[in-house]
Amino acid sequence: MTAAVAVRVAGVSARVRPRVVGTALVLAAVAFLLFCLGMTIGDYPLSVGKVVAALFSQGDYYDRVVVYDWRMPRALCGLFVGLAFGMSGAIFQTITRNPLASPDVIGISSGATTAVVCGIVLGIGAGLGTQTLGLVGALGSALLIYVLAWQRGTTGYRIVLVGIGVSWACTSATSYLLAQAKLYEAQQIVGWMVGNLNDSTWAQATPLLIAMAVLVPLTIAMSGWLRALHLGDDVAIGLGTPVQVARLSLLIVGVGLVAFGTAAAGPVAFVALAAPQIAKRVAGTPVPPLFTSGITGAVVLLGSDLLARELMPDTQLPVGVVTGVLGAPFLLWLLARANRAGSGG
Amino acid sequence: MSELRAEGLRLAYDNRVVVEDLDLLVPPGSISVIVGANACGKSTLLRAPARLLTPKAGTVHLDGRSVHAMPTRQVAKQLGILPQSPVAPDGLTVVDLVTRGRSPHQTWWRQWSAADEAAVNSALAATEMTELADRPVDELSGGQRQRAWIAMAVAQETPVLLLDEPTTFLDLAHQIDVLDLVVDLNRREGRTIVMVLHDLNQACRYADHVIAMKAGRIVAQGSPAEVVIPSIVEDVFDVRCQVTTDPVSGTPLVIPTGRHHSLTERQSEHSR
Repeated sequence: MTAAVAVRVAGVSARVRPRVVGTALVLAAVAFLLFCLGMTIGDYPLSVGKVVAALFSQGDYYDRVVVYDWRMPRALCGLFVGLAFGMSGAIFQTITRNPLASPDVIGISSGATTAVVCGIVLGIGAGLGTQTLGLVGALGSALLIYVLAWQRGTTGYRIVLVGIGVSWACTSATSYLLAQAKLYEAQQIVGWMVGNLNDSTWAQATPLLIAMAVLVPLTIAMSGWLRALHLGDDVAIGLGTPVQVARLSLLIVGVGLVAFGTAAAGPVAFVALAAPQIAKRVAGTPVPPLFTSGITGAVVLLGSDLLARELMPDTQLPVGVVTGVLGAPFLLWLLARANRAGSGG
Repeated sequence: MSELRAEGLRLAYDNRVVVEDLDLLVPPGSISVIVGANACGKSTLLRAPARLLTPKAGTVHLDGRSVHAMPTRQVAKQLGILPQSPVAPDGLTVVDLVTRGRSPHQTWWRQWSAADEAAVNSALAATEMTELADRPVDELSGGQRQRAWIAMAVAQETPVLLLDEPTTFLDLAHQIDVLDLVVDLNRREGRTIVMVLHDLNQACRYADHVIAMKAGRIVAQGSPAEVVIPSIVEDVFDVRCQVTTDPVSGTPLVIPTGRHHSLTERQSEHSR
């Protein structure tokens, strides 16, 4: 267990755990390194030094053009989609008090997928593009889950159960539509469904950046509510938490994060589920630390994308394949290790 | 001293009415214990002032202000609640749990003031949990775990404290431990305490004021000696009994009669 240190300066005070802060800083440095490394890859080779110089508006004009116009959208999408998925996973795991709950498990990602597939196969809202469709699908399925789970207020448990039901309904609808699709449509859909950053341009990155600029500070502002909800509804109410308002607000920002992330890169598997659990174990906290989960998500996504491109430079391997292949055994290993130490769960 | 008062209270889960037209004034600065048979509405009655349940009718006032109309953080500074068998996340340490008790007093820029730290330390000391402060709550024994939760409620520094069956699942020694702690909190710090207890004899010993409930209504209330008499116990718990005097505390001691093992039954078995 990590000890906490009191920090008090001029009326501002906080209880700081050195290990949590240290972990967050190290992971942030790793994320930045991966962010830069990702921008070195391509037909026009660049060193890390040149990328960093270009980031600070130094160096060669052509380097800057390559970095800003061509490569940065992909790196930014990787960074912020990872951040969004990681934070969103931490939110869902907290409000449901269940480490297996994540937007991909409780039907929000599958709702986004169904909407996108609907758009491509049936031509519904075809003019909107996959981003808007994904957004609408994620928000729609979240609303459906909330309404169906409502019974004198909501409980985390009901959200999980109803969410799993909604998830299966969406998956069935997606499969049915895929079976109806023409071959080239199916190819397009599957490419999106796995989740990938191969086609990321400023058209994907810009709306994502705007959304994150709003949602990330909002989420961090609500972290006090998250802390209270860890103790269960009754205790949280006793401590003066407006539980229903808190849960709905957190659900909205959590869905917003995953919706914009999915819109930009597709439903990349495993990040939202694994990142909070990895962050929790690395930081040594009993519950997923919100911001560290986000940075962990970014590290996982950027690292996986880098790996995909280094291992198979000629094929456009979608990042979702790598996160799935890497994430699953890593999480299993963490669980096995934690259980041996007697602190599983 | 904080005054907790309920008037015309009607509590229901969906359409199932559990408590009907109930008036209650909790004597300030004392220990009140709610007793009654299973499903008589005693825990439900505690949930209304704790705002875990919104009344269908009636009001709960704390110092003349409605707890359901006041901002919830404001209420949380004056009224603490420990629900039945709460669960902490695995790995959460005692000191972290107790620190959560300070949340109604914290703002986003003032997360850990000197007053917060002092309140947490004194709550740990009062519950004799200082030595176990860095241990995960889930690794403690049942009695220690309950003390950790009570420490959280103590750190909240509320003049009124509601405890829902704080002795459930504890062995006898730990039950007495927890009840003695409750008396300490009442006597040393003058807190008003309302708790639900299952054991009538413990209620008699530890309560200043006993509230006996049956089918969602208060049947009798007053000092243990006034309330715990054979006719009322028989009515409330549906069991015949004798009441004698607790040799330790001098409070009423209930001895249920039952159908078997009475002395007269044994004598007739011998003579056969």
